[in-house]
Amino acid sequence: MSELLQFLISGVTVGAIYAAIALGFTLIYNASGVVNFAQGEFVVIGGMTAAALIAAGVPVILAAPIAVVAGTLVGILLYRLAIRPAGQAPLVTLIIITIGASIFLRGAMQAVFDKQIHRYDGFSGDAPLRVGGATILPQSLWIVGGSIAVFAFLAWFLNRTRAGRGIKATASNRMAAALVGINTGRAMNLSFALSAGIGALAGVLATPVTFTSYDVGVLMALKGFSATMLGGVGSPLGALAGGLLIGLIEALTAGYISSDYKDAAAFIVILLVLFLRPQGLFGARIVERV
Amino acid sequence: MAGQGTTTDVAPAGTGRREYSKSEGAGRRRIGPGLRTFLIFVALVALGALIFPSSYFYRVGTLVWINTLAVTGIVVLLGYVGLVSLGHAGFFAIGAYVTAIGPNYGIPSPLAMAGGVALAGLLALIVGRPILKLSGYYLAIATLGLGMLIWMVLSKEAWLTGGPDGMVVSGMNARNLFKMVGLSLKSAEAWYWVAGLVAAIGAAIAVNLAGSPSGRALRAIHDSDVAARSLGVDVAKAKSRAFVISAIYAAVAGALLALANGYITPDTGGFMHSVEMVTMAVLGGAASVYGALVGALILTALPQVLTVFADYEHMVLGGIMVLTMILMRRGLVPFIADLWNRRKS
Amino acid sequence: MSLEIDGIGISFGGIKAVDDVSFTAKPGEVTSIIGPNGAGKTTLFNLVSGVYAASAGRVRIDGKDVTGLPAHALARRGMARTFQNLQVFPQMSALDNVMTGCHMQEKSNLLADLLGLGPARRETDRSRASAMAALERAGLAELAHRPASEMSYGQLKRLEIARALVTGCTILLLDEPAAGCNAVETREVDDLIHAIADEGKTVVLIEHDMRMVMRISSHIVVLDQGRKIAEGGPEDIRTDPHVIAAYLGAHGAAEAEAAAHA
Repeated sequence: MSELLQFLISGVTVGAIYAAIALGFTLIYNASGVVNFAQGEFVVIGGMTAAALIAAGVPVILAAPIAVVAGTLVGILLYRLAIRPAGQAPLVTLIIITIGASIFLRGAMQAVFDKQIHRYDGFSGDAPLRVGGATILPQSLWIVGGSIAVFAFLAWFLNRTRAGRGIKATASNRMAAALVGINTGRAMNLSFALSAGIGALAGVLATPVTFTSYDVGVLMALKGFSATMLGGVGSPLGALAGGLLIGLIEALTAGYISSDYKDAAAFIVILLVLFLRPQGLFGARIVERV
Repeated sequence: MAGQGTTTDVAPAGTGRREYSKSEGAGRRRIGPGLRTFLIFVALVALGALIFPSSYFYRVGTLVWINTLAVTGIVVLLGYVGLVSLGHAGFFAIGAYVTAIGPNYGIPSPLAMAGGVALAGLLALIVGRPILKLSGYYLAIATLGLGMLIWMVLSKEAWLTGGPDGMVVSGMNARNLFKMVGLSLKSAEAWYWVAGLVAAIGAAIAVNLAGSPSGRALRAIHDSDVAARSLGVDVAKAKSRAFVISAIYAAVAGALLALANGYITPDTGGFMHSVEMVTMAVLGGAASVYGALVGALILTALPQVLTVFADYEHMVLGGIMVLTMILMRRGLVPFIADLWNRRKS
Repeated sequence: MSLEIDGIGISFGGIKAVDDVSFTAKPGEVTSIIGPNGAGKTTLFNLVSGVYAASAGRVRIDGKDVTGLPAHALARRGMARTFQNLQVFPQMSALDNVMTGCHMQEKSNLLADLLGLGPARRETDRSRASAMAALERAGLAELAHRPASEMSYGQLKRLEIARALVTGCTILLLDEPAAGCNAVETREVDDLIHAIADEGKTVVLIEHDMRMVMRISSHIVVLDQGRKIAEGGPEDIRTDPHVIAAYLGAHGAAEAEAAAHA
């Protein structure tokens, strides 16, 4: 029983990270129709930057926000330098561009930092808390809290602020949004910035538990996709639920089946979703940009 | 044209295809377009053999032809139909590993090779069919996952695959093939010729396909899915065929690599290898087999010359993908062909 | 073959884009769908040709229910169409565009196609011949080897007609075939549509050029805001008060006058 509880705790912890990545995907997809394959790299940028700063003696309370800002800037650059110049490009082109960008960022990470695996101490120390026979790392609470905060922030931002409503309007009909005076370019820019910032934040929070290195971005992206698909593309609530479910499935696979194949769980879920319920649990199918 | 085209993209380019329709417009066909491509490729293989000074060059040359073959499969999928696969290295590795494992269980190499190719094709069929009914994004994501799964199996099942360190491939040597017809070649030369000839056959088949009824349907899907449907094309089925064909190309290339190298590692099935194949196609021009050749040549030969390539492999590959898509969306071969035509006129 | 539309409808986000529309298009006749912009004409075509799934109503071909069949299956039952916002294959030559329309007649198998065997070549030769004939008919023969991306809007409209014709269709849906054509070209399109109907094909036409509609239609269906507001011969429609209110009235006297003098 306590074993199961332990698996559930670790499932929720990693699930919260996947949920944050999935929320980033959803934000960009909703605003622009682009599925951003470079989403996982933001997580790495956040984690690696924070790790480097902390190793250099910068206190966490400064290092964490700097890392998030760094990720956000890279997100803006990605949009300005790679996505926007492509214009109204066909789907294939956009897929190749975001993949290219993801590989480029992975290489840049290796060049700027190194090829080592990094971690730093949890924000509230690494002494595990005991909960009914299982242990929980204080950092797990940070991660789960962070994801919930991101979700709440997005819900507030998209529904209650002018800029957020601009993103939603751009998502539902770009031309109509432009006609009523919404700056759709700004909305796209903002969605890339936010989504990158969210990814970087996930990386900053997760690194003490999951570790990070320059090449984990793709795996993170894949998990984020799985979460997005499971929850239903375009639905923020779906992203949250999908992320947690993928995390739980993965933790249970690792615990009861084989830790070698825990990463396969996400892929099996993708395949099952595609075979059985392509619209996911809560959402609509990805529609091609026409 | 850079960056603003609404319709152009990695798409049916000039070279192969334009010649094709011209030759047919004339109405007489002494030499079919497939056969012509085959002969051009064979001439290029022979040219290499004439100028290569050492076995090292033959080995790099072999790699160029093997990559050309695999990338030709990407051309069929990406250039003809407009679908991106991020897991083709998985099919490549299935071809390679079945060829490598077969002889350990008493299955002769050629049979193992055929088995590996068939397995890759079957897997593509099973996985592709449901996914290809959906938008292009789904194939990219699903193949990304499939590739990782295959890589995982190859790395973890050490009893079968030797694990992360890879395995030795025993079995046939291409020299013996040439001995049968009375030619005595060095091993490296023999593999070079085998790889070159197989790549030439692969190119001829891809060119045949482009000009055939099935190929027109595929190219139609690339340009307008809706219009293709309205003309009676079963889009899901056509896409599935293209996916299987391209998986088979990758598997044959993988099997050749295993035999020619005598050694394989799980990285042949890794994500970066998949990305490399797509980058080759995108760089050269995904619409034609000549694009596949040029892309494979550049990205196989350059790392041998430039060490910066090894140090910054990711940045170079990623940078090439993004820049090609923004600056010359149809790739190098059509881009240069356009420049050439403009100068002439 | 006759095309029967029975109470068909679809809604997008709660708005009924097409609502309970019924009519029958008969072989050898031109049936026109008219109505102001946003009346749901193209949406109706998309429903009939299987691009959208109808949320209500039936489509029948010669009495056989074909509702909900995918687009390619409808094509196999003899339905072909052109598109308002051009769906040509821009990377291909005009000839290759039209040859693609021969897809359903081509009998070669995949293996023959890959190996460039006799059957594949023969089918390709045959497709080329019929595609050339169709291009000729559409007045585009000289442009056969030109890439579609280099052709004018009016030419592409006719290219789509040629492509639809070679499918061997019995029902042809034409979405604004004369858009972007000058007066001479419009006349040519006009003659072409006449000739197609005279062969016994069922032609359904969406067109804004009232002169053309009045001249070649046997039957006219008028849509407004997704609903059918009138139906009948050109004379009935010209004088129908509902139509004048909803369509001609709003659009100004010029078109009404043009129609009257057609």
